[in-house]
Amino acid sequence: MIYFDKVSKEYSDDSVALHDINLTISSGEFVSIVGHSGAGKTTLLKILLADESPSKGSVFFESLDIHTLGRHDIPAFRRRIGVVFQDFRLLPNKTAYENVAFAMEAAGKEDEEIKADVPHVLELVDLTDKAFNFPHQLSGGEKQRLAIARAIINQPDVIIADEPTGNLDPINTQEVVQILKKINDLGTTVILTTHNRGVIDSLGKRVITMDGGKVARDDEKGQYSL
Amino acid sequence: MFLTTTKRIIKYGFINFWRNNVVSFASVLVVTITLLVLGSLIFLNAILDSSLAHIKDRVDINIYFNLDTEEEDILSLKTSLESLPEVSYITYVSREEALTNFRERHADDYLTIQALDELSDNPLPAAFNIKAKEPSQYASIAKYLERQNALVEGDNKIIDKINYYQNKVVIDKLSSIVKGIEKVGFVTTLALILLSIVITFNTIRLAIYISREEISIMKLVGADNKYVRGPFVFEGILYGLVSAILAMILFYPITLWMGDTITNFFGGINIFDYYLDNFFQIFIILIFSGVVVGGISSFLAVKRYLNK
Repeated sequence: MIYFDKVSKEYSDDSVALHDINLTISSGEFVSIVGHSGAGKTTLLKILLADESPSKGSVFFESLDIHTLGRHDIPAFRRRIGVVFQDFRLLPNKTAYENVAFAMEAAGKEDEEIKADVPHVLELVDLTDKAFNFPHQLSGGEKQRLAIARAIINQPDVIIADEPTGNLDPINTQEVVQILKKINDLGTTVILTTHNRGVIDSLGKRVITMDGGKVARDDEKGQYSL
Repeated sequence: MFLTTTKRIIKYGFINFWRNNVVSFASVLVVTITLLVLGSLIFLNAILDSSLAHIKDRVDINIYFNLDTEEEDILSLKTSLESLPEVSYITYVSREEALTNFRERHADDYLTIQALDELSDNPLPAAFNIKAKEPSQYASIAKYLERQNALVEGDNKIIDKINYYQNKVVIDKLSSIVKGIEKVGFVTTLALILLSIVITFNTIRLAIYISREEISIMKLVGADNKYVRGPFVFEGILYGLVSAILAMILFYPITLWMGDTITNFFGGINIFDYYLDNFFQIFIILIFSGVVVGGISSFLAVKRYLNK
């Protein structure tokens, strides 16, 4: 479903973020990407989100060459991907409910549909009683669960989670990973980057290890090996 | 779809305005100051116009007749002067009227009245007060009178004195001052308006700079540019709207307080009356300016972060 075809990214001549990446991710997979800081994980995800374009090569989402998309087609493309970040990236002036509703509004959904779906998703991540709290009134774990709720509300084909547990304690980390697993079990492709050995080892899913902008290992049932 | 989107944009515009109350307050303050400047310029222009008109109105030519001139001759001169296209109107003050006026004016001045009573005859001449349509036309009226040589010179002259030549210097000076004020006023107005727009634009840009992270999140969530921009632009329009209302309210005590002082100093209209009489016109100008400046500033400021 996602193909990286000889993708390279250079910021300048002596700063190469990605070097000749070839990757295939199938529909319904749970893929973890591990690697030291600066290994190119985040650049890889940014390119997949059309937030940056590759210097060489191309990225396909199904049959769509992402970087031939015009500026006006990018929003619609991004709605097919749900994103979760380490720093949560919630809208600070909107309540938990509004943060989730915003993603649906941006997708042009009707009010009735929003009223029906948002409480349902908030319940899924166990935030029903915090629906009208602002992000600064939520704990780290709650914020991340809210970010996940926002990411899945439009039933995307893929969830990208960029170090979602980086700022969380072990209990919240397990909770977030369980939610991601549940989402994957329901058929959504999940791409996860992490530094957390425990998370990788407990998942027992495919692990791609990156080093210096290259894919160092790609194991079907991988362990954390850095 | 369009309706739903517009409704949401307006809703979030209001919500953001309310929730970012500190930023909104600062922005409204700056836009209000801009609109106060703009409003003051409107008032200043009105004061200038009316006091210039007031001063222009005071410029005139007086013709004093010999004491023994027959009223018949005076009235026939009046008729011929009134046929000149430059003449707006002529006021004829007869000798008796001049005396009555003089007595009234000096009613408190016992010595002068006593001196007047000593005289056996009325010492005051009959006079014309001539108003031209424009200050520049007094010259040609004066020339016309000069051409009536017989009236001014010789044995049977009837005109004693024309005060145009004493007034001429004042009239010329006034005309050049009027032109100068109009030129300086226009340039100052333009500069002040430009300055206010730049300050407003920068304030709103700063307000949106605070939200730049929010803009990038909205884009990552898949909102298109129009939907991200909408609430910000509406918020900018709200700044303008609220500021216009505030400025209008503030002008009430300001004009009330300054009205009498300014009228005494410049003459002409009272700006408080002007404020009341032209309330809706001024309000509409301020709303329009506020909304345009606020909306366009927001639009341009967001654009910067949208294209990243």
